[in-house]
Amino acid sequence: MIRKTIIKSTLLVAGFALGMQAQAAPSAEMLSYTCAGCHGTNGASTGDAIPSLAGLSSTYLVDAMKAYKADERDPTIMNRIAKGYSDEQFELMGGFFADQEVHKNRDQSFDAAKAAAGKKLHKKYCDKCHTEAGTVGDDDAGQLSGNAKLFLQYSLADFHDGSRSQEKKMKKKMKKMLKRDKDAFDLIVNYYVSGKK
Amino acid sequence: MSKQNRRSFLKTVGLGTAAATAATYAPFAIGGSGKRVVVVGGGMGGAVAAKYIRMMDKSIDVTLIEANKDYFTGFTSNLVISGQRSLDSIKFGYDGLRGHGVNVVIDKVTDIDANAKSVKTASGQSFAYDRCIVAPGIDFRYDKIDGFNEGVANSKITHAWKAGSQTTMLRDQVHSMKKGGTVVISAPPNPFRCPPGPYERTSQIASYLKQHNPTAKILVLDDKEKFSKFGLFTGGWKKHYGYGTDNSMIEWVKGSAGGKIESLDVGGMTVSGDVDDYKGDVINIIPAQKAGHIAHVAGLTNASGWCPIEGKTFESTIHKNIHVVGDAAIQSPLPKSGYAANSEGKVCAAAVVALLNGQSAPDPSYVNTCYSVIAPGDGISVAMVYAYKDGKIVKIKGSGGLTPSKTFNVKLREREEHYGYSWFDNITNDTFG
Ligand SMILES: Cc1cc2nc3c(=O)[nH]c(=O)nc-3n(C[C@H](O)[C@H](O)[C@H](O)COP(=O)(O)OP(=O)(O)OC[C@H]3O[C@@H](n4cnc5c(N)ncnc54)[C@H](O)[C@@H]3O)c2cc1C
Ligand code: HEC
Ligand code: HEC
Repeated sequence: MIRKTIIKSTLLVAGFALGMQAQAAPSAEMLSYTCAGCHGTNGASTGDAIPSLAGLSSTYLVDAMKAYKADERDPTIMNRIAKGYSDEQFELMGGFFADQEVHKNRDQSFDAAKAAAGKKLHKKYCDKCHTEAGTVGDDDAGQLSGNAKLFLQYSLADFHDGSRSQEKKMKKKMKKMLKRDKDAFDLIVNYYVSGKK
Repeated sequence: MSKQNRRSFLKTVGLGTAAATAATYAPFAIGGSGKRVVVVGGGMGGAVAAKYIRMMDKSIDVTLIEANKDYFTGFTSNLVISGQRSLDSIKFGYDGLRGHGVNVVIDKVTDIDANAKSVKTASGQSFAYDRCIVAPGIDFRYDKIDGFNEGVANSKITHAWKAGSQTTMLRDQVHSMKKGGTVVISAPPNPFRCPPGPYERTSQIASYLKQHNPTAKILVLDDKEKFSKFGLFTGGWKKHYGYGTDNSMIEWVKGSAGGKIESLDVGGMTVSGDVDDYKGDVINIIPAQKAGHIAHVAGLTNASGWCPIEGKTFESTIHKNIHVVGDAAIQSPLPKSGYAANSEGKVCAAAVVALLNGQSAPDPSYVNTCYSVIAPGDGISVAMVYAYKDGKIVKIKGSGGLTPSKTFNVKLREREEHYGYSWFDNITNDTFG
């Protein structure tokens, strides 16, 4: 608690210093509103491809933005966007989106039988790090249930072919899961898209 | 929904300047009077400004006056022309805005009196404002092409640069064109609404013809020497439509090579420049443009035909207390696009909220993106992040740019197509939802 307060007041002083140099300092809201045209109002995406940002932890969002900025992920457009901001601005946006309620897009179609099979896989291989079907921001592991279908598919494909790096432990689980069922990605995406717990 | 709406709101309003930061956490009086906003035009810029003012400060009374009860998006309308989408899928209404407490009035604004601070409509109503936001989009300079006018556009030679019945008219003309016929597209001079738009249209019509009328041709007559996403479009045309070969479905004629069009002969279905005449079976003329009519009536335009604004607030530099956002404004280096209008609408909304609460306008941040679909499975984009510096809107160096095109990356192009569709869902929901 005390630690946090100290950090906050340091930031505030830094903010004032910048202000006095008449440097533009857009607020967290101002910065985050610009993302909504693609990610939905307050980061709640309604599309089937662009992921939601609402409810992601600040740590997760900031890490993702830094990775995009450094060309360490293989995205289509986020590298071009992330290069427009400072790390401090990432922090501001991270705080804004962490304050939003997680959004589940329930307008996407899924196969109920596949979703049921996917649920079993999730419980066995993924639930430990992606609790509550991957809807808890504090896991610092993104959003799974209710996220955009194509984004989930693309992410799994990218982890699989190495164009997006993943934790060793997750890689191990992925391997085991695919060994058990070669259609595991399809099943588990259907589960996430169902939005069910 | 925000977990901490109130806190967010206070932060937004308060972070104008370092000095205002002190006021951030101090409560301020929320009074009823002196906080009336009238928004003229419920398109991409106006609707989002109205919604976000209400999201930021519910004590502000917002009236939005829009001429039509249904709005059709310009973006994605090219996919209606190729038959990939229905007109219904690009149609939006105003119930979402009503849900945010915006007083939506379907009526046409006929006058804005900057001195009396009041807006008048065709049905004789009048609305007083403390701040007015004008977002009427564009109008056409028909007079630049001899023989072209609104009557001709409504009956035979489309512009299809405001979506709706124009879109379906062009679609039906293309779909019923004789085998091996020619579609002539005349592309406008800068500045105009949606710089990549004419070339996305060319691509979408080509995509339709390739399937249904493969010996047909598209002749693009351009006022300019080059155009937006030039390499990506011409590269895509090469890949999908034989561009550059004798068998190319698409031919592009630049201004200096005779692409500049000066007159139209409707009966002869011919357009002419100072060098050549071109006959078409379907002719689509995207005329030169200017700010929407009401901006001229209200005296908000300068000699360029567009509205000069201050980039931090989008307040007119001609009339106080009137802000102009979207295509009608001179927003360069931001382009005239739907995403830019969205971004401008929010910056303007935050400024209006702050100013009406006696604070200084907050520091802005802006983004633009534009997705285009060249063919099924082939999406491309351009993006840029902007800041406000030394009194100007500036591009942030190192940010933004085009879809990489050194090699044709199939995975990337497929994803961009789908992300583009998702963008459509989100930006329309952000505006009208
Ligand atoms: C074919 C095409 C493709 C496009 N593709 C893209 C794209 O891919 N990406 C992108 O970002 N942008 C794209 N655009 C551009 C985008 O549509 C515009 O930039 C955007 O709509 C501008 O918003 P605006 O609010 O300025 O104007 P508009 O959205 O046109 O809204 C103006 C509104 O004001 C109303 N109005 C005007 N005068 C009055 C009056 N006197 N009283 C009451 N109401 C009035 C009109 O009825 C209209 O609803 C495209 C446009 C076209 C035509
Ligand atoms: C042009 C549309 C567009 C804009 C604008 C945009 N994004 Fe994205 N975002 C995407 C797409 C598409 C992806 C998927 C990765 C990719 O292909 O680039 C994505 C992915 C992300 C991710 C990864 C999410 C996850 O679960 O791993 C984060 C974080 C993110 N964006 C943050 C932002 C922020 C913050 C902004 C505003 C500053 C923003 N984006 C603006 C389109 C956009
Ligand atoms: C050891 C912990 C761990 C396990 C087990 C694990 N994950 Fe993850 N997962 C993570 C972390 C951490 C991230 C964030 C990685 C990053 O920042 O790039 C993540 C990210 C993801 C993402 C991307 C989310 C986004 O928003 O971009 C997906 C999809 C995913 N995991 C799926 C799975 C699946 C499916 C399983 C089970 C087979 C699984 N994970 C098992 C830790 C784990």
